[in-house]
Amino acid sequence: MNDSYDLRGAESHIEVHKFRAGAIIGSLLLVLFLQAFLPLYVPKAEILDLPLLITIYFGLSRRNPSTGLLLGMAIGLAQDSLSGPTVPLGLYGIAKTIIGYLASSIGARLDTEHPAARFALTTVFFVVHQGLIVLTRRILLGQPEAWFNMRLFVAALVNALVAVFLFLLLDRLRKR
Amino acid sequence: MVGIPSRHKSLVLLAGVILLQVVLLAVQIKRDSQGRLIRVWTVGAISPFQRAGTQGVGSIRGIWNHYFALQNTSRDNEQLRRENDALKLQITQLQSKAAEADRLAGLLNFRKLHMDVPMVGARVIGASPGTASETIDIDRGQRDGIKRNMGVITPDGVVGKVIEAYANTAQVLLLTDKDSGVGALLADSRTQHPVGGTGEPLLVMKYVPNDDNVNNGERVVTSGMDRIFPRDLPVGTIVEIKPGNPFKQIRVRPAANLERLEEVIVLLTLHPLELRTEAESSSQKTPAANAAGQAPAARP
Repeated sequence: MNDSYDLRGAESHIEVHKFRAGAIIGSLLLVLFLQAFLPLYVPKAEILDLPLLITIYFGLSRRNPSTGLLLGMAIGLAQDSLSGPTVPLGLYGIAKTIIGYLASSIGARLDTEHPAARFALTTVFFVVHQGLIVLTRRILLGQPEAWFNMRLFVAALVNALVAVFLFLLLDRLRKR
Repeated sequence: MVGIPSRHKSLVLLAGVILLQVVLLAVQIKRDSQGRLIRVWTVGAISPFQRAGTQGVGSIRGIWNHYFALQNTSRDNEQLRRENDALKLQITQLQSKAAEADRLAGLLNFRKLHMDVPMVGARVIGASPGTASETIDIDRGQRDGIKRNMGVITPDGVVGKVIEAYANTAQVLLLTDKDSGVGALLADSRTQHPVGGTGEPLLVMKYVPNDDNVNNGERVVTSGMDRIFPRDLPVGTIVEIKPGNPFKQIRVRPAANLERLEEVIVLLTLHPLELRTEAESSSQKTPAANAAGQAPAARP
């Protein structure tokens, strides 16, 4: 977690952001807490996937695929753990590992600082994330689940919208 | 061994991590294991925050609910206070109307008792603007037949006389005015003495010799000799007697509440009237008398 540096090669103009000490761990714990906590008092908050948003954000910001996928795995497994016995460990883990990897890879190639880009990427990642979960359920767990429904579409847009503001908030955790 | 290019390291890592988790999934399914250890760790790490959060939210919710409850209570209190004030005002208005109804009933009763006396009811609409005179303004005037020097009374007693009549209003000089006076007599001894005002709430009975027997609480009524008021109308009650030189100083409390007049009766005649008592009125009520009920009993 040192100062910012530039990626070599074609994407050398893209800045890699570093964060304050404990920012990633703290954010991770906070969103896990909120993800498990908010729906108790705000039922509609269950539409949010804050761990996914955190995965996407740090993946896009860190721009290191290895770090991104490991972070995604950790967040996903934690989410699995908190989701109860009905959700096997690895369901979210696999999906977020891949999202972390993809976000880091894309973040290393594109400027993802603009809110519109963040909105669009989050929408896509959300859909991909859900697709990975459905795929995992269908193939590995033998649990048939619909690929797409309107709720998923709305959830993608809502999460993308929340992500725009959440990312702005998380930007404050960056080292200057 | 073949080395892995650095640009593929993350991809290999991804494959390894996913494979690991797939195995984890497979293990869970095959052994029906729930990965308890990982769950315990994760839940153990998060649950303190959840517990604290739940307690915090519970506290916040309690405060929030109590705050709103208190806010509602405050709002309810304010509303109830307003309703209470409105009801108090309504009660006051109703009491006032009830009192007015009583007064009007008294006036009506008075008129029924003296159907042969021409009179008109009037509402007090004003009072003297200063202490130099004791007058009231009424909402009846010349158009209602009111003229100067007509007597003004209430069922309780004498009020005063009209000192000025306008088209629609009139001004009444109260008995308490220092320039006012009425022919009166003591109800018990039937001795006549004028009663006048002094500018104060109490009237004075004039020219009562020191050797005359006058008692406190004795009633004073009109004598009819002033040719304004009919005989035996209540003027007041003696409340104070002091020996004087050459006459007694006698103070009389007006029978009519001159300080809080709202409705009065104006006697529509300048001629001496003879008001009958209630007993006389009821005994003489015959069909013929009723037929002529509206005829004035004024004497020429």
